[in-house]
Amino acid sequence: MVKRLVVGAHYGFRDWLVQRVTGTVMAFFTVYMLVRIAALPAWDNAAWRALMSGGFTKFVTFLFALSLFFHAWIGVRDIWMDYVKPISVRLTLHAITLLALTGYAGWVAQILWRL
Amino acid sequence: MTRTVKFKIYRYDPDKDAAPYMQDLSVELDPSDRKLLDALVKIKALDDSMSYRRSCREGVCGSDAMNINGKNGLACLTDIDSLAQPITLRPLPGLPVIRDLIVDMTQFFKQYHSIKPYVVNNSPAPEKERLQTPDEREELNGLYECILCACCSTSCPSFWWNPDKFVGPAGLLAAYRFIADTRDEATNERLDNLEDPYRLFRCHTIMNCVDVCPKHLNPTKAIGKIKELMLSRAV
Repeated sequence: MVKRLVVGAHYGFRDWLVQRVTGTVMAFFTVYMLVRIAALPAWDNAAWRALMSGGFTKFVTFLFALSLFFHAWIGVRDIWMDYVKPISVRLTLHAITLLALTGYAGWVAQILWRL
Repeated sequence: MTRTVKFKIYRYDPDKDAAPYMQDLSVELDPSDRKLLDALVKIKALDDSMSYRRSCREGVCGSDAMNINGKNGLACLTDIDSLAQPITLRPLPGLPVIRDLIVDMTQFFKQYHSIKPYVVNNSPAPEKERLQTPDEREELNGLYECILCACCSTSCPSFWWNPDKFVGPAGLLAAYRFIADTRDEATNERLDNLEDPYRLFRCHTIMNCVDVCPKHLNPTKAIGKIKELMLSRAV
């Protein structure tokens, strides 16, 4: 096969936008959690459980986890794209990253919704 | 009164040297020698094997871009007395060295040409010229002044890692210069051309380009405007 340099995958904008939106979600979640933790009546397991099992907290925590994983997917993929040149190695790393992050997302949901 | 200025200069002649080395030297300067280029001219007179590019000596041609004490800049615009000694001169980083301070700019210009740096307008030409309002013309300020010295692109880590795929700050500034030009009719094609994880989106707003630009231009801002246009096209 002729070795040619090819660019023009016609994506990138959506990922860039997703990183901005997920970054905002994570920033909002950080502030929300700091305020809620500062307002905890006591620093014990019961108070922590009550906070984390609240409907809204569950909702935003799940959103935070998804945002983190989407954000991390784009960020880590960019690192592979910058530093790993052989396509086969890069594709393998992309797949491992995606699979690991998907697994983590399931794990987070399981922990969160058990409360 | 003359003064002595110490230099440490990157030297490499592929025909003679097995590897690059740094040469220490001192040069006597006259009071009228105020810019770094004046000193390089004196050094060239002492050792004519020392090679660098230069032409207009007033910051217009962009030939004498080099890495000066770790920061890219034009020798002809840099005051000697503002620099800590020994003044360390290296070729622009990230591009292949041809000899001493001369680099091969092929890759840089390839990226520049890839954005089609000319107005694309297939409408019939008017009798005199294609007019712009003063406001439309205003939008091109801060974009058209680029002298293609490559200080910005060669200070950009994203360009270091992917010079063959990332357009680089100079090319993207030029891309926006034609996107912003109301006489150009190829905006959509230009945005399509940049909608790529490498060509545009390798920019991580590190802003080294803004820091080093000898013409005080802002490629990061231009890149932001390209992304804004993509956003308004997409949503």
